[in-house]
Amino acid sequence: MENGLIIELKGVSKSFAIGGGREFLALKGIDLEIHQGEFTGLVGPSGSGKTTLLNLMGALDNATEGSVRVLGRNVESFSHTEAAHFRKESIGFIFQSFNLLPVYTVFENVEFPLLVAGVAAEERKKTVTQALEWVGLLDKMYSRPTQLSGGESQRVAVARAIVKKPRIILADEPTANLDAENSHNILRTMVKLNQQLGTTFVFSTHDQKVIDYLRRKITLVDGRLFKDEALTPKLAGNDK
Amino acid sequence: MRTLLLLALKNVRGAGLRTWLNVATLSFGFVTIVWMQGIYEGMMRQMVTAQIDTEYGGGQFWHKAFDPFDPLSFEDAHGEPGDALKKLVAEKKATPILLRTGAIFPNGRAQSVVLRGIEPTQEIVQIPGGVLLREGEALPGLIGKRMAEATGLKKGDTVTIRWRDVSGTFDATDVEVVEVMNIAVPGLDAGQLWLPLRTLRRLIGSAEATTLFVTEKGYVESHIEDPNFVWKNNDFLLSEERAIFESKKAFGYILYVILMAMGLLAVFDTQVLSIFRRRREIGTLMALGVTRSEVVGLFTLEGSLHGVLALFAGALWGIPILAHAAKIGIGLPKMSDNMGIAIGARLYASYAPQVLVVTLCVLLCSVVVVSFLPARRIAKMRPTDAIRGKG
Repeated sequence: MENGLIIELKGVSKSFAIGGGREFLALKGIDLEIHQGEFTGLVGPSGSGKTTLLNLMGALDNATEGSVRVLGRNVESFSHTEAAHFRKESIGFIFQSFNLLPVYTVFENVEFPLLVAGVAAEERKKTVTQALEWVGLLDKMYSRPTQLSGGESQRVAVARAIVKKPRIILADEPTANLDAENSHNILRTMVKLNQQLGTTFVFSTHDQKVIDYLRRKITLVDGRLFKDEALTPKLAGNDK
Repeated sequence: MRTLLLLALKNVRGAGLRTWLNVATLSFGFVTIVWMQGIYEGMMRQMVTAQIDTEYGGGQFWHKAFDPFDPLSFEDAHGEPGDALKKLVAEKKATPILLRTGAIFPNGRAQSVVLRGIEPTQEIVQIPGGVLLREGEALPGLIGKRMAEATGLKKGDTVTIRWRDVSGTFDATDVEVVEVMNIAVPGLDAGQLWLPLRTLRRLIGSAEATTLFVTEKGYVESHIEDPNFVWKNNDFLLSEERAIFESKKAFGYILYVILMAMGLLAVFDTQVLSIFRRRREIGTLMALGVTRSEVVGLFTLEGSLHGVLALFAGALWGIPILAHAAKIGIGLPKMSDNMGIAIGARLYASYAPQVLVVTLCVLLCSVVVVSFLPARRIAKMRPTDAIRGKG
């Protein structure tokens, strides 16, 4: 990884079969580099390919053409099992609809990635407590997802994403189901994580509130990289 | 594996009522199937024991002309044994039985009977022959409860019997019923009149006539060569009863399949529904680094846990019921005599450990298979679709 380059896409295209032998080209020849510690957003209207691109970076899907290198590894050559191991070790995900596991408590939800990674019980307890402290949810440790507000649920999802201290966190529309206040709370937490832990964040969003926090904005239109610009965040992690 | 098991346990616990409904259905199936197996096993064991104790002993030597299914053969199916069989009788390792057809006339009606001559002092089979030692004006005769009910005879009644001697001449005399015995084997009771062997031999005019010899229990086949008698071991003697028993058991298998299908359908249904409803969760698990095969394993384990929980639940409420069936038994109605096999007034369930282990293994394996089949679908899901609750 040259100069902290952790995500590198070259000539990436992705198409989906849409029936009747036809195909929909979601991404067209994307070239992109993302470096360690970036706070980057993939911005664009619905159907522009943001989530598809995020899925490729997260080894959840394979490109039809081109190469996707994440943390120095060719993601598109992974088998299902290799991709799963890669995600387990290196990537944290935050989803639009939180995707918390409903029968688990907040603690168990956050503990889950560590359980899958085979971390010892003592270490798990310590790390989960730390992550919940980060997102300010220590008092909700034993609550179930159904007992949480939208903002709290998304903070649990953030804690779950950061608990294993991944190098990259991919967040797909993380504020789409949140009100303004909760959105700002979540984003401030992410900025703090980015600054203090050096975690790279890549967002897929069209929410202006998210864009206000970004340091780099990559605009996608119709599956093509339309604009790649550096930003000065209007809002910082500690700002109210 | 430990992680998957922990997760599966949490999911099963978290599913609440759905889990307990499945567990209840499965445990009902499990206990009923084990109970049924126990009843059939008990039935078989009681039948074999009763047949051996009262009729077959350790096996029989039959007169070569004897055919138990052809009463007409009884007229000629008797003869004198060779020295080896005589020696066996002298050593009290076998007892002779003489069978003849005849008729009795209770309340003025004629009824065919089989006259059975038995040595009153014999101890080979559990027939209370000792009562036949009584002396009186009429000959002493012994009948069973079924025979008493069918003819209206009771202890102390006198009835006229008619028979033919070895020359084919009819003769008749009176027999007093000295005892009405309770015997499990219908074939030794219904239509049977027991007389002292020596008396019956005298009546037919043949001092050494014997239709068959019953050997003592545990008799080791010694290949006695006799010109008139052939050896029949218990495998042969019990084959008819076993065939009847197997035909009865077929009904049990049908019930077995119905009960199993009921329980397994509940698990299958829950699995299908669970996979459909939890697609988003499946996608999340995959995103968090759980492999597809691990997710399939997780859902299979969850389904299988229903089976394991059902075993525990079944043990909790089922063991007292199963123990009751084994110790106190089940009272049988009189019409159960018509089943054609010797069971007795009460049926005691018997649980052979091997049968129990095999049954429970089959049940558990079926639950695992039924849990796995719908879970295979997960392996075809795309993580990106599953995360959005599609696919």
